[in-house]
Amino acid sequence: MARDTLTGSRIRERRTIKGVRQADLARKVGISASYLNLIEHNRRRIGGKLLIDIASVLGVEPSMLTEGAEAALIATLREAAADAATPLAETDRADEFAGRFPGWAEVLAWSHHRIASLERTVETLSDRLTHDPRLAASLHEVLSTAAAIRSTASILAETGELEPEWRDRFHRNLNEDSARLADSSKALVAYLDDSEANDDRRGAPQEEVEAFMAAHGHHFPGLERGAELPDPLIEAAPELTSRAARQVARAVLAQYQADAAAMPLTEITGAIASVGLDPLALAARFGADLPAVFRRIAALPAEVLPDEVGLVICDASGSILFRKPLPGFALPRHGESCPLWPLFSALNRPLVPIRRRVAQLGRSAAHFDCLAVAWPDGQPDFDRDPVYRSIMLILPVAGGGIGGEQVQPVGSSCRVCPRSACAARREPSILSEGL
Amino acid sequence: MGRHVLLIEDEANITEAIRFLLTRDGWQVDTHADGADAVEVIRRAAPDLVILDVMLPGRSGMEILRDLRDLDGFRDLPVLMLTARGQSRDRDMAERAGVSRFMTKPFSNAEVLSAVRDLHAQAQRT
Repeated sequence: MARDTLTGSRIRERRTIKGVRQADLARKVGISASYLNLIEHNRRRIGGKLLIDIASVLGVEPSMLTEGAEAALIATLREAAADAATPLAETDRADEFAGRFPGWAEVLAWSHHRIASLERTVETLSDRLTHDPRLAASLHEVLSTAAAIRSTASILAETGELEPEWRDRFHRNLNEDSARLADSSKALVAYLDDSEANDDRRGAPQEEVEAFMAAHGHHFPGLERGAELPDPLIEAAPELTSRAARQVARAVLAQYQADAAAMPLTEITGAIASVGLDPLALAARFGADLPAVFRRIAALPAEVLPDEVGLVICDASGSILFRKPLPGFALPRHGESCPLWPLFSALNRPLVPIRRRVAQLGRSAAHFDCLAVAWPDGQPDFDRDPVYRSIMLILPVAGGGIGGEQVQPVGSSCRVCPRSACAARREPSILSEGL
Repeated sequence: MGRHVLLIEDEANITEAIRFLLTRDGWQVDTHADGADAVEVIRRAAPDLVILDVMLPGRSGMEILRDLRDLDGFRDLPVLMLTARGQSRDRDMAERAGVSRFMTKPFSNAEVLSAVRDLHAQAQRT
C-alpha cells in the first residue's frame, strides 16, 4: 500500500497511542464512528478540514498523519522498549528519536524484528523437538545407530588381539549399522527439507486440515454460493493425504456450510460495516451463538475484515483441535499451550463469554483482544455429562495497543516463555538457560 | 559385591558391543531388550549394576527406574542410564527418578567402562 493511502492507519495509530476511543474522536470532529472506522481502515480518503480537525484532537501536525513521520517505525520503537522490560527508554520521545536519528531508529527496529524472528525459530524448533514424535523417533534412530557404530569401531580399532569370529561379527555389525545410518540420515534430511520448504508441515490429521484451510485462505466462495460441495473439494486437496484428515475436513466444511447459511456473506458484510466487528451484536442480529459467530468471522475474506484474525478451538482436555494462526500470536502446534489464555479460562465458566486484552511475552509488545467462550458440544443428555469445547477469537489491537487498557501477560508455551515468576509455569524455560 | 551387570537395551548391536567390552573387563553381562517386564527381570536377576536405555519397547526407562526405586533392596542399586535425549529436562527427570549416572548417545566405550567401574566402586564403599 502506498504511503499516502495509509493516512487512516496513521490516524488509528495516533488515536490508540493517545488512548482516545474511536467513538470519542468521531464525536469531537462531527462524524459517525462507522465513517471514522472506514477512514481508519483506509477505505475512505480524507483531507481538508476533517484532517485538520482530527490532527488537532490528536495533538499532531496534519502532515504527521498524511506523510506518516514513520508511524510504523515509531510503533516498532515502542514495541522494542516495551519488550526490553526496563524503564530506561524514553518512550514518550520515540517520535523525536526517529526524527533526529532515522538511521539509528531503523537499525533498532530491524534488530527488534530480527530478535522476534529468531525467537519464533527457537520456539518452533523447541516445540517440534519436544512434541514431534516423528522427529524424536528419527533423531533417536540416528543417535542410537551412531552409538552402535562408535562402540563397534572402537572395539575393532582398540582391541589388540581380537578372535576372528568376533572380528567378523563386528565387521558385519558395522556394515549393517552404517547402511542404517545412511538411510536414517537421508530420511531425516528429507523430512527437515520438506519442513523447510513447506511451512505447514503435516502429520496429524488436524495439521493436514489446517494446511488445507490455509491453502484456501480459510474461505470457500463456492461453498458460500452453494455452487460447490465439500466432498469434491476434499478429494481434490493435495494437503489432505490421510483418511483421518479427510474425515476431519468433512466435519469442518459441514460446519462452515452451516455457519455460512446462518450468516450469509452479503448480510454479515453489511452487518460488520454497520455495527463493526462486534461478535455479540452480530450474534444478536443473526440469532446465532457466539462460537458460530467466531468461526464465521474467522472464515470471512480479508476485504471484509479490518484486520487479519486468528482462531483456536480446544476440547476440555486442552488439546488444540483447530488453529487459524495470526502473525504475532504464537499458537504452539503440538499442545502444551499457555494455560493463561482466555481459551482455557473459558472452560472454567462455560457459556460465559470472556474478553481479555493480552500480550505474548518475549515476542513483541503487540496486544490482542482475545474473545473466548466454552460451550457443550453435542446434544444434551440426562445421563451423560456434557463435553465442553472452547473457542477463542484473536483480534489484533489497532496500532499494537501500546498504552491502552490493562493487558494480561500470557505466553505461547512454558518452554519459550521468559516470565519466570508465573504461577502457571509447568517447566523451566529454555530462554532462562541462556538461549 | 560381585561384578554382575544387567544391560537393558533394545539396540542389538549396542548390546553386543557393550557386552563384549564389559566381558573383556571381567564382568558377567546379562541382557534384556524389552521394557514391559524389565522391572521383574531386574528383581529376579538381582544384578550389581544395571545399564538402562530410556527408549525401550513396552515401557520407558524412566518408568522402569521409578518402579525399581520403590522396591526394597533396589533403592541403592547403581543404574547407568543411556539416552539419545540429552536435554536438561531429561537429565532432571532422570535425577528425580533416582538415576546414578546419565550418559547420552553416542558415547565412547571408555566412558561406559569408566562409568561402570566408578559406580561399582562407589557402591562397594557404601
